[in-house]
Amino acid sequence: MTRRRPLLGHAVAWLALLPMAATVLWVYVGSVLWSMRISVSSSRTLPIGDFVGFKQYARLFDSERWTLSLQNMALFGVLFIVACLAIGFLLAVFIDQRVRGEGVLRTIFLYPYAMSFVATGLVWQWMLNPELGLQSTVRGWGWAGFTFDWIVRQDAVMYAIVIAAVWQACGLVMALMLAGLRGIDESLWMAARIDGIPPWRVYASIVLPMLGPSFGTAFVLLSVSVVKVFDVVVAMTQGGPGLASEVPAKFIIDNLLVRANIGLASAASTVLLLTVLALLAPWFYARARASRNGERVARALRAAPQESAA
Amino acid sequence: MNTQTNRLALAIALAFGALTGAHAQANRAEVLHWWTSGGESAAVKVLAGAYTAAGGTWVDDAIAGGEQARSEAVNRMVGGKPPTAAQFNTSKQFLDLIDQGMLNDVDVVAARNNWDKILPAPILNSIKIKGHFYAVPVDIHMPAWFWYSKPAFAKAGIAAEPRTPDEFFADLDKLKAAGIVPLAFGGQPWQEKVTFYAWLAHVGGPDMYLKLYRDKDAAMVMSPQFKAFLTSFKRLKNYVDAGSPNRNWNDATAMVISGKAGVQIMGDWAKGEFAGAHQTAGKDFGCFPGFGPKSPYLVAGDVFVFPKISDPAQVKSQQLLATVFTAPATQVAFSNKKGSIPIRTDVDLKGLDPCAQLGVTIMKDVARQLPTPEMLVTPDLEGALQDVITKFWNTNESADDAAKAFAAALKNG
Repeated sequence: MTRRRPLLGHAVAWLALLPMAATVLWVYVGSVLWSMRISVSSSRTLPIGDFVGFKQYARLFDSERWTLSLQNMALFGVLFIVACLAIGFLLAVFIDQRVRGEGVLRTIFLYPYAMSFVATGLVWQWMLNPELGLQSTVRGWGWAGFTFDWIVRQDAVMYAIVIAAVWQACGLVMALMLAGLRGIDESLWMAARIDGIPPWRVYASIVLPMLGPSFGTAFVLLSVSVVKVFDVVVAMTQGGPGLASEVPAKFIIDNLLVRANIGLASAASTVLLLTVLALLAPWFYARARASRNGERVARALRAAPQESAA
Repeated sequence: MNTQTNRLALAIALAFGALTGAHAQANRAEVLHWWTSGGESAAVKVLAGAYTAAGGTWVDDAIAGGEQARSEAVNRMVGGKPPTAAQFNTSKQFLDLIDQGMLNDVDVVAARNNWDKILPAPILNSIKIKGHFYAVPVDIHMPAWFWYSKPAFAKAGIAAEPRTPDEFFADLDKLKAAGIVPLAFGGQPWQEKVTFYAWLAHVGGPDMYLKLYRDKDAAMVMSPQFKAFLTSFKRLKNYVDAGSPNRNWNDATAMVISGKAGVQIMGDWAKGEFAGAHQTAGKDFGCFPGFGPKSPYLVAGDVFVFPKISDPAQVKSQQLLATVFTAPATQVAFSNKKGSIPIRTDVDLKGLDPCAQLGVTIMKDVARQLPTPEMLVTPDLEGALQDVITKFWNTNESADDAAKAFAAALKNG
């Protein structure tokens, strides 16, 4: 049975939401529509209201740099999300063992996320630079054959960026996972202990499935940062060597600000938005289905006693 | 009264003071620029001082980063609250603004000071559009000098500056043999581009240079001569060190300063780094703008544009700015702080350093002046060509494929 909500409370709630709703509609949706409009014009430095059809889009996909940026984003996205989820989960499990100095460790793991990547990216750049950082240091210790020059190599630079990005983001995943782990009832662990189930088995078969929502949240947050990845690349490589670590957001900003081509930049951001929607649509669909199924199960459960009573 | 109310009162007084003051200021000029580093802000103070001395009130609006400053200027023009003057590069960056009728011209000042006679052709072509002067030039930068360490050259046994590309390669080999990094290089796209410009102008020659950037000649880039030039350009990569990718230009200059590297190809702003390390031109380091006595001299620089404002007081300020910026005394004082050379050759050379003196002397020979690509192509095409250059430099792409990429970029641009 649903409680009837007072009409007044409803109106007040809507009133409170109105400024945010207006902001979303005007600023976000409005900007998106405006960008789409600009993307079919011949605008360069200034927005112009003419119509040139899909010329900018044709040029966009003719551009080697754009397709390379998309490939780089895909590679980065897969490695970054998988590594963050895995390392974040393991860190959370480690801290959940009631280790001494938990507070300190938690802070250390979460700290990178609190710092701007413009600063830490520079440190990573120096550390990975073969002439200044790790490679020259280890060689200085006597291992003359030691090589770690990913950041200057065409074929490996994206992996170097993944390392730095994972270092930054896995602390956040750890925090989310830890909250999930702490939410698991102590009695579950005791029951498992009584049954003599080894801890790894409990984690794999019971805890992991129960952390589903935490994984979902972490996944969404990480995915968003993949699509807008920009600062880590600019701070570490500026898209180089050559074009090897270019990403879509950098392509858009370059065309918007440096190359005075807001038509092309708008076309690129529209494509990026559509890509994200195309990726998210199945996920939303699955979620909607799951919650519909959940409601059906709940309804069936509610209905069952009545049926048996009748 | 406690300190907090005191502060509040002070803030209110300041706010109102500034407000009332604004009305009283004579020839108020808000100048938007991106000169924020040590040497640059010293240089902009020269301009501000000269403007104040001429009876104006200078309102400084410094925004770090050229791109940010330019987009801020454009946004404010579109938004209807433009600054009195805004900095751009001597280039096609402000061409769209002229087309859309968003700039005031300074024809009165140009006519009074005879700009047609005193300004070099590449700059005139950039600022004079359809017979009107839309910008005031303030400096000339040459983006591709060769800077070398005298101790490194001595150690490698190099007696004289190279006069041909072949001599230059021979010198690089000598430096390499002496255990010195031959070419101090920062592998960022714009630095690769500057090196490309220099090599195109000196090895490809001014004809090839102009055919690419002025005529956008797609047939020329498919010629064997251009491919041979590309191969020669790529040959330079044999002389850079493994740490070069994404190195900042001033870190590369530091390698020349310390004698760890032999030569750097970089704009004349590098002089500031040498000066900061207390090195003097001719003693600790040397400079040459190209190979031999007839080498072309690339001309780049900064200008200020004047957004369309109808307020007669602001128009008067704009014209006063244009007059003050181009006065010979301001030009010499400004150039010395900035590391550039004056926009006019009729100035007193004594106040300039040896490299700048050499630059001014070369500028007197009109045949050696060569506009930078930024003055010849749109930022859009320039960026597309930069992508082609950086790809060719950093990958194993063949000269044939690179030539095709050049042709494709020219076709799109």
